[in-house]
Amino acid sequence: MIEVKGIQKSFGDATILKGVDATFERGKTSLIIGQSGSGKTVFLKSLLGLHNPEEGTIAFDGKISKDLDEDGRRQLRQDIGMVFQGSALFDSLTVEENVMFPMKMFTDRSMSEMMDRVNTVLKRVNLTNANKKFPAELSGGMQKRVAIARAIVMNPKYLFCDEPNSGLDPKTAIVIDNLIQEITAEFKITTVINTHDMNSVMEIGEKIIFLKNGLKAWEGTSKDVFKTDNESVVDFVYSSNLFKKVRQAYLDEIN
Amino acid sequence: MNYIEHIGKYFMMLKEVFKKPQKWNVFREALFREIEDLGLKSIGIVSFISFFVGGVVAIQTALNVDSPLIPKYLIGFATKRSMILEFAPTFASVILAGKVGSFITSSIGTMRVTEQIDALEVMGINSLNYLVLPKVLATVFFYPLIVIVGMFLGIFGGWVAGSLTGLFHSADYIGGIQLDFNPYLVQYALIKSVVFAFLIATIPSYHGFYVKGGALEVGRASTQAVVWTSVVIILMNYFLTQTLLG
Repeated sequence: MIEVKGIQKSFGDATILKGVDATFERGKTSLIIGQSGSGKTVFLKSLLGLHNPEEGTIAFDGKISKDLDEDGRRQLRQDIGMVFQGSALFDSLTVEENVMFPMKMFTDRSMSEMMDRVNTVLKRVNLTNANKKFPAELSGGMQKRVAIARAIVMNPKYLFCDEPNSGLDPKTAIVIDNLIQEITAEFKITTVINTHDMNSVMEIGEKIIFLKNGLKAWEGTSKDVFKTDNESVVDFVYSSNLFKKVRQAYLDEIN
Repeated sequence: MNYIEHIGKYFMMLKEVFKKPQKWNVFREALFREIEDLGLKSIGIVSFISFFVGGVVAIQTALNVDSPLIPKYLIGFATKRSMILEFAPTFASVILAGKVGSFITSSIGTMRVTEQIDALEVMGINSLNYLVLPKVLATVFFYPLIVIVGMFLGIFGGWVAGSLTGLFHSADYIGGIQLDFNPYLVQYALIKSVVFAFLIATIPSYHGFYVKGGALEVGRASTQAVVWTSVVIILMNYFLTQTLLG
């Protein structure tokens, strides 16, 4: 579980996060949504330790990140898997080398043990026969699968995803969303996803946090999104006519 | 950001670079990869340019020294001194600043803008140490060898030019090469090459690592890196020459 209490982060005179509280539970897929500039990326990077908030605390299973010593922080980093928006695969390494990379850096496993693990996770993300390919030779969806495989290869306790289905066609996006949700439940990972994708909100949002102007403006589940009367959330989630009609149909049905 | 801030940030970067590698076998692999990318792949261009510059220096000297009072062996002597003192260590380093410097900035800069460096940081890896230290060691240990190759090929190029044009005799040229050989000058050239190699690895790494934006900014950073590396090499050349030979 990750508990965030009152984090604030500024860049120069601009305060991006103005005291955000949130809790992300183990085995659940939590989504952070909000307009561009709402502070989503800064929030996620603060969770990852890439930004240091001036105020507030972030606790990973009770351990407050800023109180950890160097060894503790290194250990925590090894418990974290991250899927970046652009996949962030290492261009000069093949698929299997990319996935193997964290193991090579942080374990003393033999090459055969590492290869077994690489093949296991690549199979889990439904990517076979691509071991020797370079990232540039893969489609966007395949790159995301490799990124997910790399993120879970060390059995992380926490998985963070930044716009995991951006740039993907709707069908592939759903496949990636479902894959993340399945892995989260299967390995009891605490998963936090930063997304703009409303399909993801409806499909896998076991917990949704809506950020607005650096503050948490709303929190709920994908079902609550249909019923909420929070204007900001409704404006953001149902900005398209299609979603407005879907919402109306859902409300008509439950009424 | 002003120059003082850049210089301060550069030295802060070096502090992170010179830390103990997190995993020696990964570091060793990276080092060999860098020796291939930054060292072995540079031998061709340095050899080619050294050979022809040596030839041109010999021809120019022969054409400008036509007084019967000046001995012909001076052509070999001048070519040797030019190649050892300046061309091989300094001119070749400026060429490498262009070739290798732009490669380093663009590769690290691309990693920055495509979040690959963020990925390393999230994994708990000291990205500066992982990316830059192998480059520094590869260049510092390999470039003196390239400079030595450049010296030999430049002097050889002068001899070939004389043989082909008939502007001077082989025996005179070889006599000039052997005349007043001072090993300290080779030492001076190698000291310069080590310093320049360090600059070629670190200044472009700095420009690549701290780039912000996209592909256009990476291109701009590569250009800036080449310009600044060349400027600093030329300035350091002056100070080292004054210090070591003055």
